[in-house]
Parts: sequence; structure tokens; C-alpha cells
Amino acid sequence: MRLKVLIQAEEIDLRKEYCSLQDSDGSVGAIATFYGTVRDSNENRKVQSIFIEHYSGMTEAELKKIINEAKERWKISAATIIHRIGKLEVGEGIVFVGTASSHRKDAFQSCDFIMDYLKTNAPLWKKERHDRGEDWVTSKESDKIFARSWKKRGD
Amino acid sequence: MIKLVFFASLREELGCESLEVEFTEPLRLSEMIQQVEDKKGRHWGEVLAGKSVKIAINKEIVVNDELLSDGCEVAFLPPVTGG
Repeated sequence: MRLKVLIQAEEIDLRKEYCSLQDSDGSVGAIATFYGTVRDSNENRKVQSIFIEHYSGMTEAELKKIINEAKERWKISAATIIHRIGKLEVGEGIVFVGTASSHRKDAFQSCDFIMDYLKTNAPLWKKERHDRGEDWVTSKESDKIFARSWKKRGD
Repeated sequence: MIKLVFFASLREELGCESLEVEFTEPLRLSEMIQQVEDKKGRHWGEVLAGKSVKIAINKEIVVNDELLSDGCEVAFLPPVTGG
């Protein structure tokens, strides 16, 4: 399986990343992608921009672990996670997740799983600049529930 | 020496990005936090032992009161909010 994890300040080249999930031998029948972007509002505040920081080294290791866990559960031939850091304006991309498989269920579910685990396990933090100042974003209970829903019975 | 690193809201609450702590064997995580509290004040102890704070030793999350080794890096992480 091809695995790619990147933490970068630069914009994500969607076309390039999409193409890199393809296989030259034609075995890929499904590519699922998720692209998260900066929203203009959060908890009734008008968001102007966000700032993302991370724990260098640990973030990459955690994201690789998440992909490897996805690989144990679904048949995927390639997986990519790219997360941006630094200052991002409204509308800019934050994160790209892509998975490739022979079949759609494996691609869809592994992509969804990776995002849910990224949200709760990867050491990344968002600070929002909004109309009333700036605040660190607080974690959401719903994200923990989504991540827990993937636990296998007996885990 | 042990290097402590603080991220995001924790760093701002403490007004500190990293701190070096003397290593004396044997030293458990909880004892190290107590040492920091003794030196830096109660506020530090409260922040570092916060319920929502996760701790990583050498970039691996730990849940128990681990024994620390000389030269390790202990990171204090507030709840993550990436994605």
C-alpha cells in the first residue's frame, strides 16, 4: 500500500494528490477524498482566519498510525493525508484525505475513518481570529462520539 | 535533563514554550510534575495535571504514571482540534 503523510504551509494541489492515488496497473476502481476548508463562522462568531499549530514529528507519526489502522480494516491500495499549518484565510483548504481501493465501500469508509481519527488523535490545534478577538478552538464531544463509533466490538 | 514542551492553549496559559527539569533517578511522571509545581507554583501544577491534558513521552501518548528516563521529552497536549 502506498502511504503519504504531509504537514505543510503551502496550498494543497488537489489534482496532483488525486492523480497520485491512482494505480498504474488499473486495479483502482474507487477513490474517495475529503477536503476540509476554513468556514466563515463558528459558534455564532464570524471567523476571519485561523492559525494551526502542531507537534512536529508526533503529528506525522500519529497520521501514519491512523492510515495503518485503516489498512487493517479495509482493502486500500493508497492513502494520503495532507494537513496544513500556519495562517489560513476563510475558504482555504485545511486538510486533504484520499483513499483508493478496488471498491467504493472500502474507499468511502476508510476515508471517513481517517478523518474521524485525525480529529481526535493528531496533535494539531486551531486558533480562530474572529470579530470579537481570538480563541483556541475547543474540541467537540461529537467528534469523540464519531471516533468511538468505529471501535470494534471488544475493543 | 528532561525537556518539557507545551502546546497551544497550555503554552499560552503558562506563558512558556519549553522547560528543562533536572533528572534524578528514579523519577516518575507525577513526581516530575510535583517538582515543577514546587518550583514554579501551584498554577503550573493545576494546568499540567488538568483532566483534559494528554501527555506524550518521546512523542508517544502515555496514560500511566511512567518512569522517566534521562534526556526524554515530555509534551503536554490540550485536546486536539485539527481537521
